[in-house]
Amino acid sequence: MQDLLRRYGTTLTYVCIGLTFFWLVMLVLLPNFTMLESSFRPYLAKVDEGGPLDFYSLGNYGKILGNNVDTTLFGITFPMPVRVKVFVLTIIYSAVVTVITFVLAYPLAYYLAKIVSPKSLPTLFLLLFVPLWVSEILRSFAWWIILAFKGPLNAVLMSVGIIDSEIRWIAGFSPVIIGLVYTYVLFMVFPLYNSMQSLDSNQIEAAEDLGSPWWRTHWRVILPHAKPGIASGAVMVFMLSAGSLLVPSLLGSTTSGWFTQTIQEIMLGSQDWNAGAAFAFMLLIACTLFVSLMMRVFGVKLSDIAK
Amino acid sequence: MTTASHDILNVAAESDEVKIRPRGKATSMSAAIELDNVCCDFGKFRAVDHVNVTIQPGEFFSFLGPSGCGKTTILRMISGFIEPTQGAIRIGGKDMKGQRANQRPTALIFQNLALFPLMPIWENIAFGLEVRGVDKAKRRARAEELLALVDLHDSADKMVSQLSGGQKQRVAIARALAVEPSVMLLDEPLSALDLKLRQHMRAELRAIQKRTGVTFIYITHDQGEALAMSDRVGVMSQGKLQQVANPRDIYNNPVNGFVASFVGENNILAGDVKKASAGAAQFSTAIGEFQARLGAGANGKTAKLYIRPEHVILSAKRGKENSVPVTVSEVSFEGNFIAVQAKTANGTNLVAELRNDGSATVPSIGTKMHMTFDAQRSSILPDTSSAGA
Repeated sequence: MQDLLRRYGTTLTYVCIGLTFFWLVMLVLLPNFTMLESSFRPYLAKVDEGGPLDFYSLGNYGKILGNNVDTTLFGITFPMPVRVKVFVLTIIYSAVVTVITFVLAYPLAYYLAKIVSPKSLPTLFLLLFVPLWVSEILRSFAWWIILAFKGPLNAVLMSVGIIDSEIRWIAGFSPVIIGLVYTYVLFMVFPLYNSMQSLDSNQIEAAEDLGSPWWRTHWRVILPHAKPGIASGAVMVFMLSAGSLLVPSLLGSTTSGWFTQTIQEIMLGSQDWNAGAAFAFMLLIACTLFVSLMMRVFGVKLSDIAK
Repeated sequence: MTTASHDILNVAAESDEVKIRPRGKATSMSAAIELDNVCCDFGKFRAVDHVNVTIQPGEFFSFLGPSGCGKTTILRMISGFIEPTQGAIRIGGKDMKGQRANQRPTALIFQNLALFPLMPIWENIAFGLEVRGVDKAKRRARAEELLALVDLHDSADKMVSQLSGGQKQRVAIARALAVEPSVMLLDEPLSALDLKLRQHMRAELRAIQKRTGVTFIYITHDQGEALAMSDRVGVMSQGKLQQVANPRDIYNNPVNGFVASFVGENNILAGDVKKASAGAAQFSTAIGEFQARLGAGANGKTAKLYIRPEHVILSAKRGKENSVPVTVSEVSFEGNFIAVQAKTANGTNLVAELRNDGSATVPSIGTKMHMTFDAQRSSILPDTSSAGA
């Protein structure tokens, strides 16, 4: 604080702190608190608000139950509430998206950080960034065209002779996964690149010199060093995927319900903002728990990610 | 030398029945390294230029040269990180062409050591064994033995960041020794240490080399290190190996001006070779004619006369031969010696060094004296102090 005052002067310091405070309180804490508060109140007609019916309960959270559908998992069929199923599948497929982005991003980040010559790095970064200049809606829509039944992907695959007849890509969760991976892969690449770049190349050579094959060098030297980067990349991709509305809406099939779509339905379709708030909080809590659990499992500290 | 000294590693290994699979077909015996006409180009730049040298098994060999002379490139070629553009590298008689770094019987100690900071010390040391599939208990036992060998007891479970510079150095040595290499390659590993520690580690390295009998190839730009530790020194300049000899010969009988001036100080006089006979000649300079040793390839006006300051005799009376009158212009006290700078009649600067052993009388500035050069210890050498050829 003393440091800040000396460096920027009183006025600028207080303006900066004031703006940060405003952002934190007015734009983050207050809306979330309002949502949390309303999630415990029933959905009532205007006249009943503040009346005897308006009391706090967990009723909205209970609305996730009901409307059982038969679900088959590991060969066992059992009834499961449809919203719970969507909820669970959203978490699972977000994790799948995270894993796929990691698998794609790791070699790319390693190539950028350790193999490519520093001279061509700016060009490669530019090429990676160019797609971001186009809005997410357009990019997702482009995938919808690419993946269409009579679309370019099938046409190319058939003309090359890899497939004999068209594949229906937009079915199940695959288009959503493709879209999410495409949209968020850079959020994995850059943290990974950052963490790998700080690794002393001599350590890679030292491992090789001691007889280590490439995969062991990655497993024992590079991967452990990149762990904070992997963690922050994974947290970002997972949270963004689970919270994405656009990609599942545009690229979803009839069988790919995403929990954000459920929330949207309830908030905008049923106009039940209280239940929507409750659902949104459930998603937030579940994602936070899942991320903390994964961080525990992989032994990553929060301070590592913040770096 | 290999049998006796090598036993230390093996005895240690046998005591706990640690069997280590040799890497590739190479054995853990120390081996001769042959560099056969080796060249290395980076684009148009020739970093290493037709280097020929055979390093004997169990030898402590140093490549000495200024930065950019190609010595690190040689090291990286031997360890397998760079392929030579031309020529062959043989270790123990076996051509290393196409063998990657992880297939060669070499172990490299990096300038910055490159220890693995996320592994405890013992895992660092045992990494090479882990790679070879040695099970955990044996790895741990072997790491403890090697830690004892480098005088680092009770550090097995510490992390790298908890060790001091000298201790890290020892861990790096132990890690390299763990794979029982035929050749240890050291890339200026002492350059990051302070003076006292550096001198201590010199002796330590030499002792470890003697105990293990492994061939050491040492890269340095520090002539003191090279002379003090090595069996033989190869002096390099601009990619070329200038001279390969034992430290005494490098210092006392340099083959050319580059070697003479890179290793130690010199009074250098330009002139002309006259009356050359076998091994000696008369050399005429602006300050007089001097009798001196004649180096190979030195002739005419391209040669120069090199006289070490400590070989200059400073006296009040004129010497019998090779003597020149001077006026003392500066005296600087360096501790173990006193440097006396003097000017001749035509203004040429000459330096003499007097040992600070109490026997020499230190002249005062302005005194007129004579400097006499020992004919046996003054050399007429081809002048290559700047060029590599």
